[in-house]
Amino acid sequence: MLRREPLVLGDKTLKDVTDDICSLVETMPGAKYLATLLTAKGLFLIYIVAQAMTVIYGMGMMGISHPVGWGTDIITFVFWIGIGHAGTLISAVLFLFRQKWRTAIARSAEAMTVFAVMVAGTFPILHTGRPWLGYWLLPYPNQRGPLWVNFRSPLIWDVFAVSTYATVSIVFWYIGMVPDLAAIRDRAKNIWRKRIYGALSLGWRGTAKNWNHYEMVYMLLAGLATPLVLSVHSIVSFDFAVAIVPGWHTTIFPPYFVAGAIFSGFGMVVTLMCVLRWVIPWFKDYVTIHHMENMNKIIMTTGLMVGYAYASEFFIAWYGGNPYEVFIFVNRATGHYAWAYWIMVTCNVIIPQVFWKKSWRRSIPVMFVVSIFVNIGMWFERFVIVITSLHADFLPANWGNWAPTLTDWGAIVGSFGMFFFIFLLYIRVLPSISIAEVKPCLGVGKEEGGH
Amino acid sequence: MGIIDSVENLLRAKGQPGVAGIWEEEHAFVEAARKTHEAGHKNLEAISPYPLHGIDDAIGIPRSFIPWVTFTFGLGGCLFGIWFTWWTSTQDWAINVGGKPMWSLAAFIPVIFECTILLAALSSVAAMILINGLPKVDPPTIDPDLTSHKFALWIPSSAGDTTQVKELFKSLGASDVKEAEF
Repeated sequence: MLRREPLVLGDKTLKDVTDDICSLVETMPGAKYLATLLTAKGLFLIYIVAQAMTVIYGMGMMGISHPVGWGTDIITFVFWIGIGHAGTLISAVLFLFRQKWRTAIARSAEAMTVFAVMVAGTFPILHTGRPWLGYWLLPYPNQRGPLWVNFRSPLIWDVFAVSTYATVSIVFWYIGMVPDLAAIRDRAKNIWRKRIYGALSLGWRGTAKNWNHYEMVYMLLAGLATPLVLSVHSIVSFDFAVAIVPGWHTTIFPPYFVAGAIFSGFGMVVTLMCVLRWVIPWFKDYVTIHHMENMNKIIMTTGLMVGYAYASEFFIAWYGGNPYEVFIFVNRATGHYAWAYWIMVTCNVIIPQVFWKKSWRRSIPVMFVVSIFVNIGMWFERFVIVITSLHADFLPANWGNWAPTLTDWGAIVGSFGMFFFIFLLYIRVLPSISIAEVKPCLGVGKEEGGH
Repeated sequence: MGIIDSVENLLRAKGQPGVAGIWEEEHAFVEAARKTHEAGHKNLEAISPYPLHGIDDAIGIPRSFIPWVTFTFGLGGCLFGIWFTWWTSTQDWAINVGGKPMWSLAAFIPVIFECTILLAALSSVAAMILINGLPKVDPPTIDPDLTSHKFALWIPSSAGDTTQVKELFKSLGASDVKEAEF
């Protein structure tokens, strides 16, 4: 019989679990944490300055122009939305499949979803060039007719998909935290900590009747978040697929985008978990090498799916017999932006293959490097899709190249600062591992006949 | 003052006197809960730091009705989405967009879908919060470790003889028995 690997190492008691996880919230952070936080904050300031430039002086600060009207903002928006998807996959889909190993990473993965969607959401609003009119995207009764939004437009579908996704993800994340916040409340010695976490915990009591409804809602939210997450990246892909631009107008886009999103998101979870295991030593007892290996398996699987999608796109371009489609794909692999295409293929398809070897997918240095490559590769995938299709479409008279400006670089690099800054704050303020979900898994892999 | 008073009255947790027994081991606790329930104590509260396997059967808690709320509001969200896209696109201010039909149902499906999910999710959470009597300020705490590593059974004093309940809890292996508000 196959033995299950224990999910929590180090023979923890129930009290140890509470003590470990609450300790992050209850102690003052050290120098290593503060240095990381300030670095992230510095990058975040770069983001604010870069995007403020586009608001003050206009979108001309970025490299976009005719014919490439979509640049950094759209590429990085799709990138961050994709990152968010792994969080929902871990917290909702793996929950429905009863994968108990998800419990240790679910909370942080969900937090990653919420913050990635927050970062992503800023990009399209700022890309409109007049972000102060962003509320025009919502259908509200107004004095202009009322002139309603155009529900036939994929961009409006996107507004609905991303805002619903953000709302449901935040609610799912928060409801999951309520019993853990109550645990912090009950341990609090400081009156303000008791009040603040008492309010956040909504006065949770933990009776069997409470848990009965709570677990039902948790399962329902998981069941609702699963089709939602699939719909969100499908709809993001419609932003491209519904247009008639060669290289965009393909039916493979929704599943291809969803697979890519899960791939890149797991890459980011592995990056974050490697860092957390390094900064907080006891994290290794909860996020074990077994967890990391499972995630690496998913990275390799979805990497193969993405590789299949790349190949399938080429095949259909040839088989479909549309000369514009054939041109755009040959141009992607051999044209002006071929370097970007081959960075994408190398990082997303070739490099993750190292995970075929068990000792490599259980090696922290190897997986950390691979996860960084996955992040880079997936950013370039969106670069390839957005830029190469736009820069050379039907009429050669319409062709032109795109190059990033300093503002573009500031927005790209700075967005990582925004993400890590919020994530690091969360680690010290909210319970970063689900206490109430880890406790029932303490016995897994340890006792005879355990299920 | 009237409004503040009534809001405070609504949010202030009202404890009632009762008897609590504390256990420190999960399986013994579920067994104790089952026996207490079998002994005829229907007003039993079983407090635990995490959801316990089998506690619902042990003390006779029926399956949660919340899926009905989810279904009803999900359906409501779907119907609202259909009506809203129809009304705005064909009735209130119909605009010809690229010669597409005013009633473009296929193109409206993403928006209708998102309305369905949003309303279903938010209504389920709202139902859970309402039915569990949340949010509450300062709920009475029997023992601060009940959200960490201890388990408690609690029976209100109004339900019967408190000394008898105390004896019962002790005989079922409670590590601590005390009178407590909850």
